[in-house]
Order: sequence, then structure tokens, then C-alpha cells
Amino acid sequence: MQLDEFFVTGEPLIYGGMVAIALVTSAILFILTYFKKWGWLWREWLTTVDHKKIGIMYILSALAMLFRGGADALMMRTQLAFPNMQFLNAQHYDEIFTTHGTVMIIFMAMPFLIGLMNIIVPLQIGARDFAFPFVNALSFWSFFFGAMLFNISFVIGGAPDAGWTSYTPLAGAAMSPGPGQNFYLMGLQLSGIGTLATGINLMVTILKMRAPGMTLFKMPIFTWSTFITSFIIVFAFPILTVALALMTIDRIFGSQFFTLTGEGMPMMWANLFWMWGHPEVYIVILPAFGIFSEVIATFARKRLFGYNAMVWSIILIAGLSFLVWVHHFFTMGAGAFVNSVFSITTMLIAVPTGVKIFNWLATLYKSRIVLTVPMLWSLAFIPSFVIGGVTGVMLGMAATDYQYHNTYFLVSHFHYVLIPGTVFACFAGLVYWYPKMFGHKLNERIGKWSFWLFLIGFHVCFFPQYFLGLDGMARRIFTITPEWFTLNFISTMGAFMMGLAFAIFVYCIYYSYRYSEREISGDAWGYGRTLEWATPTPIPAYNFATVPQVNTHDAFLEMKEKGKTTFDEENLEPIHMPNNTGKPFIMMGILFFASFFLVFEWITLAVIGLIGGLVMMIIRSFDYDDGHHIEVDEIKRTERAARGL
Amino acid sequence: MSENQLNAGPLEYRTHEGQMNITGFWIFLAAEIALFATLFATYAVLFGRTADAPSPGELFQPGIVLVMTFLLLTSSFTCGVAIHNMREGTVKGLITWLIITIVLGLAFLGFEIYEFVHYSHEGATMQSSSYWSAFYVLAGTHGVHVTLGIGWVILLLIQLKQRGLTAVTSNKVFIVSLYWHFLDVIWIFIFTSVYLIGMVV
Amino acid sequence: MAKESGKYPIKHLIGFLLSIVLTLLSVWAALGSDLPVIWIIAAIMLLAVIQAGIQLFMFMHMVETKGVGHAPWNMMFHSFVVATIIVSGSLFTMSFGFTHDHDGEGNHQHEEQQEMQKDHSGH
Repeated sequence: MQLDEFFVTGEPLIYGGMVAIALVTSAILFILTYFKKWGWLWREWLTTVDHKKIGIMYILSALAMLFRGGADALMMRTQLAFPNMQFLNAQHYDEIFTTHGTVMIIFMAMPFLIGLMNIIVPLQIGARDFAFPFVNALSFWSFFFGAMLFNISFVIGGAPDAGWTSYTPLAGAAMSPGPGQNFYLMGLQLSGIGTLATGINLMVTILKMRAPGMTLFKMPIFTWSTFITSFIIVFAFPILTVALALMTIDRIFGSQFFTLTGEGMPMMWANLFWMWGHPEVYIVILPAFGIFSEVIATFARKRLFGYNAMVWSIILIAGLSFLVWVHHFFTMGAGAFVNSVFSITTMLIAVPTGVKIFNWLATLYKSRIVLTVPMLWSLAFIPSFVIGGVTGVMLGMAATDYQYHNTYFLVSHFHYVLIPGTVFACFAGLVYWYPKMFGHKLNERIGKWSFWLFLIGFHVCFFPQYFLGLDGMARRIFTITPEWFTLNFISTMGAFMMGLAFAIFVYCIYYSYRYSEREISGDAWGYGRTLEWATPTPIPAYNFATVPQVNTHDAFLEMKEKGKTTFDEENLEPIHMPNNTGKPFIMMGILFFASFFLVFEWITLAVIGLIGGLVMMIIRSFDYDDGHHIEVDEIKRTERAARGL
Repeated sequence: MSENQLNAGPLEYRTHEGQMNITGFWIFLAAEIALFATLFATYAVLFGRTADAPSPGELFQPGIVLVMTFLLLTSSFTCGVAIHNMREGTVKGLITWLIITIVLGLAFLGFEIYEFVHYSHEGATMQSSSYWSAFYVLAGTHGVHVTLGIGWVILLLIQLKQRGLTAVTSNKVFIVSLYWHFLDVIWIFIFTSVYLIGMVV
Repeated sequence: MAKESGKYPIKHLIGFLLSIVLTLLSVWAALGSDLPVIWIIAAIMLLAVIQAGIQLFMFMHMVETKGVGHAPWNMMFHSFVVATIIVSGSLFTMSFGFTHDHDGEGNHQHEEQQEMQKDHSGH
């Protein structure tokens, strides 16, 4: 293989990307070396098994991916702003919409939410870490290396260009030769391992590590949504694993699953992909619902209205999520009966979702709302999401879907559910729990600027796209005709407003780091209801010096009323904690190289890498490291310092 | 593990960590069922799409498949006996029965490899048609699981030799036994829906 | 849960013998009987489910709730439901429409589809 086949050549934008990557990498290496931070990086971050630090790494990676996916989006909108633009050529445009979709769903939305779950769920249930801290670190590194593998594709080998859904036969070896599509397959496969492991880990954590007295129906609603999300992950991700593996075998080893030869069945890929893909959209929306419920209850200063109805509607949505996948390919032509069945199941989902909407409204009704930034994101979510939901029901009618299918109407619909649903929730959750993570609040004034700009930009960007879709503008076309110019131009303006809002948000993080008042109380907003606010800030490694007894749904509210804390000096005991370990990082690093070799179909090297991964598993099997204990004296010292006693 | 030591019940359940490992493994098995269900679904949808390759009815031999099934069923039984021995506290019995289990597993694998080679010679390769792709990947995934299971049992045999029967080792052995029985469950469905139905239709 | 007692693993022995008998029964049903194909498929799938149950309950101690709560049978139950959805849903989606929409056109491909659908309606 020639070097110019290995690196992508001939595109000025990609050369720019290469230079940027080289500069950022060398800057990071220089800073780490100059300030002698390598040891710190290894000890504190790369080898950590602490759920809080892993959560922060998830969120930082997700923000980086949001930047990448957002840059892709802005490039696409620039290309579509004017008729017959020459900013991107067709090939480059195809690559960009593919990576935009994949990065946003797999490497932004999920890791962001999993990051928040990582930090908050153990705190909400009164646990000291995950059930399997080692596996948690493994999950993070598998996501991280999977994301890196996917992201290097645009400079090395060439990016995938068959859409984030990668329909066959287009994505098959015959029509998409070369490493591009393999990057998609292996990147998702590698990070999928981690997602599945996180799902199992969170389920066991929530089932087995709750504080005494916290029955399932006394769990905070975010924990509930996490629990159900994990349940969906456990059952949906294996389907993706198989689908990806089958396509990989098709492409690399010449099998005939999704091919046009050998009586293969290309639409079977669509079937498998959406059997995972539909539950996947609930994997990214249910935790978001959980975050909004927490934020709304906190800043409405009221108990969440209809807690039981909320829980049951989450469970119902999760169940239905496995029964609707065909609505993504009604136009395959499975027949009127099949389409009718899935049309009905699709519309049924609107019922539990509607229940949730009305519960949020009822929580807000006659409450004294505190308009903080996280609350603004949550309030904006409700009407915006309803627009997305209603157009979803329109799309759910199979007969009319033949008109909407693969137009900008669809594009607008799923952005209307994913952005107000997931992205608003990520911002709301991050701002809401930021003081818990970093010991200071984000600046409210700058936060409000970024919120309003983002909200207005979002509607300006996507609302016109409904009408573009109705005017017949197809998804994934790379130039527009003059009749679509006005609405497209407006849409592009909105996109850049969102880009600006994100820049302001990043500036807000920097500004707050420099100037925000440091938190000393654990209950930063003053209205905390659940146990995560009971810990001091910064949170000690062991989270809870003494685990409280839980009697109600709003456990911390009760503790505040009774004047209790999580530091009961009389009842301290040594706390057992896991040791840090570099094995997850090394294991996933090896698998990263194995996957990379497989992408280029260098089979021998890939096999060697896989054996390396197995050797790491064997080493782990013989590892009887039992962790360490934090002694009572040390707990006393830490807690007294943190609580100012 | 000291503070979490519970004093009743089988040894493998006695620590909180041990209980969590077992719970987590059951959840993992549920994920594995979804994984195999996807492979079965692919197989079922692609059934009959043999293109120019021979049909399964021409190639499948009832004798050899029945032998493989009995080997795996027996290994599942011996694995159960091993756990019975573990609960009785006899390490020697445990180790002996585990060794019998992996020997049966190896025999199963031998037959499976023979079978695959034989079919390939008859023109039914993974590349020949979508039906055969689905067949090899479904049966092959099960075969890879058996291989990993054998390796896993060997690792645990070494650890049992080194450390004897403790709360940790017994927990690990119990989990590998769950895995082994689970592989038998999957094989029962492969036997029924791939081989028997393939020979009937 | 009832503790296994005694030197001999009676429960395992019964489970083993049962699974051998059930295997032979399904082989007989498939190869020895002259039932219609649909009935054969229904019968042997049922026998497979029973055998899976034997493994789960008699070998894997699925209902040992001590320390693991209801997670095992709960997960197994739901995975059974999901597996059914995946397999029968795929067959329903990927073969149903083709047979009914193209009735009468009857080329080789479609006949095969029809045959397939007939075979799998036993699920």
C-alpha cells in the first residue's frame, strides 16, 4: 500500500484538518511534557476506576465529539445555503453527512448521557461506586478508542460515505470498496462493547447497591430512567453487534448476507439495523426525560407530579420501542398488513409520551418556578419536543410516510426530537450538576445568552426544513435548486446561531472556571431533593461517609428537614474501595490496533492484536487485587475539611 | 471482602461482590440470548437461499449431529455434577468433573470442525450463498463460544489448583458453569431449528 | 430454595435423562414420523423450549433467589420475549408482504418465499 493511499489526499479542507490535528496533538504533548503532567495524567485519569472521573472523561469526550459533529453540520449547511454551491463536492458531502449522523448519535449523545449517569446514579442511590468499577473503566476506554478509530477515518484511509444507516447494498464491498465503511463498522463495534458493558454494570449497580430503605419505587426518576435505558441497552446492543459483524464478514470475508449475489438480502440489514436503531433512539431519549424530570421538580420546588405514572410510562415506552422498527422503512413495501401493524404500534408510543408531557406540566402548575439555566433548557424542551412528537405521528402513518420518506420533513422531525430531547437535556444536566462535578456553578448570565441563542437558532434552522421537505427537497442531496433557496438560507443562518451558542457555552465554561464563586455547600442550588446533593463538594472518593436510611422519594429533602447529613461520626467504618488499574486502558488500546488492522484488512496483524486482547483478559483473570480500605481517621479528616467543621 | 461476608448459603453467594457477579452474569446471558436470537432470525430469513450451492437436506447427516448433541448434553450434565461436588466441598471431584466437561467440549468441537470441512468440500462454503453464510456464522459463533468456554475453564482449573475453594474461586466456577449450560441451551435450538428443520424441509 | 442434599446429584441425573429422551423424541418426530411439516416444526420447537427450561431450572439454579433477587428469571423471561420478537418479527417483516403482494406472478423466488413462510408459521 502506497502512503498516498493510506492518507487521504487532494482535499484542501482535509489538509486543514490534518494540520489542525497535528497542531493540537503536539500542543497537548508539549504541555504535558513541559508541565511534567504525564504521571498525573496516568495516575489520576488513565488508570482511574472512580465513577466520577470516568463520567467527567465521558462528558469531555462527548463535548469534543459535539464540536466535531457540529463542524460537520455547519459545513453541510454552508454547502446548502446557496443553489449550486461548490464548497464541498458530492463525495465529501456524503462523507460529512455520514460522520455527522454517526458521531452525534453514537459518540456524542450516548456518551454524554452515560457520562451523566456515571456521575449521578451512584450518588442518587447512595452507592460508593459502580458494581464493577474495573468494567466501568473498560467501557469508557472502549468508547474512547472506538470514537478515535472512527474519527481518524477522515485523514487516514477515507471516511465512510454510505450514511449513518449504512444501507446495503450501497455499503457493501461491491459498491463501497476500501477502508471507509470498515471504519464505521469497527468503530461502532469497539464502542458497542463498552455500551453493553455499561448497561449491565448500571443494572447491577441499581439492583444491588441502593441505600437501605430505597425500594425501587423510591428511586429518583433519573435513576429509574437510567435503569430502563440499561435494560434497553442489554437487549438492543447485541442486535447491532451481530448486524455489524455480519456486514464486516460480508465485506472482508466475502459472505453473502446483504449482497446482491448469492441470493443475499440487502434489506435484511435495514431490518437488523432498525431493530437496534429504534430502541437506540429511546436509549438517548429516556435518560433525557429523567434529567428534565429532576430539573423541573427541583426548580418548580415541588414533588414530581405523578411519579408512578412517570415510571410506568418509561417502562411502557421501553417495551414499545422494540415493536416499531419497521416504520423506518415502510417504503420497503413489506405490504399493507405489515405496515399497518407497525403504524399502530408507532402511534401507541405517543400515549405514554403524552402522559409524561402532562406530568411535567402538572408539576409546573401553580409552582414557584426558579428560572435558572437548566430550568430554561427544560422549559424550552416541552413545546419544542411536542412539535417533533406530533410530526412523528404524521410520519408514523404508513400511507402518508410514502410522501415524507427521505425528505427534509423527516430530517427536521428527528432533529426536533433529538435536539430538544437529548441535546437540551445534556445542556440542562451538565449545567444542573456542574457544581457537583467541578465545585463551582456555570455563569448564569452567559449561560442564558447561550441558551436563547441556541433555542432561537434551533427553530430558525429546523422549522423551515419541514416546509422544504413538503416542497420535495430530498434528504442527502448535495446541491439545491433555486426554488429552495430562501428557506435553506434561513436554515443555514439558524445553524450558525447554534454554532455561536455552542462557542458561548464553551466560553462560559472557561469564564466560570476563572471567576465563578467556589461551592462550599454540597447543595449548590439550595433546592436539592435527591441524595446526590447530600454529599459534600468536592465529592470524596468514597461518596458517602455513612450511607443514609431512605424513607421517601425525595430522600435529601427529608434529611434536610431532619437535620441529618451523610457524615454520622458515631457510625464510621473503614470503607472498601477498588484500586486504580491501567489494564482497561491497555486492553482497549490493543483492541484499537486490532480493529485498525482489520479496517485495512491486514488479517495477520488483526489476529495478533486480538490475541493480545485475549492475553489481557487472561491476565485479568489471574488478578486477585482486592482493593484497599480507607480508614476511619482519614474519612473524618476529609469530611471535616469538606464540611468546614 | 471481610465486611461483606455473609455466613449462610452456598459459598459462591457469600460475598456481596459474588452476588453482584452472578446477577451481572445473568444479565449478560440475557444479552447473549438477544445476540443469538439475531443470528437465528438472520438464518430463518435467509432459509432456502442456497443459490447454486447444495441444499442443507443433501448435506446434513443425522448421525453426526446426534453425536454432537449427546456430547454437549453430557458435558452440561457433567458440569452440573461438578457444581454439585463444589457445593459438597470436594475440590478433587470438582476438578475431575470439570476436566471431563472440557474433554467432551473438545470432542464436540472436533466433530464441528470435521463437519464444516466436509460441507466446504461439498461446495457449501460461507461464500457460496446467503443461506450458507448464515449457517456458518450461527453455528460458528456457537463454536467460538464453546472454544472460549474451554479456555475459561482451563484458567479456572489453574486457579483452583493454586488457591483451592474460596468464596472468590467458587464464584468464578459457578459463573463458568452458567455459561456452559447456556451454550447447551443455544445448541438445543441450533440442533432443532437448523439441523432438524433443515433435514425435514 | 431447596438445598441439594445427599451425595448423588439426583436432580442433575433426572434432568440429563429427560433431555436425552426429549432429544430422541424430537429426532423421531422430525425424521421418523409422517406428520405434516408444520406440525413437526411446532412440536420440535416446543420440545426445544422444554429442554431449555430443564437446563435453566435444573442445571442453572435459575430460581435460587438468595442474594441475586429476581434478576435471573426476570432477565431470562424478557430475553425470551425479545428473542421471539426478533425472530418472528424478522420473518413477519421480511417475508410476509412479498408473498401476498405478488400472488400469481409466481417466479422461482416467490415460490420459495411462500414455502418459507409456510414453514415458519409454526413459530
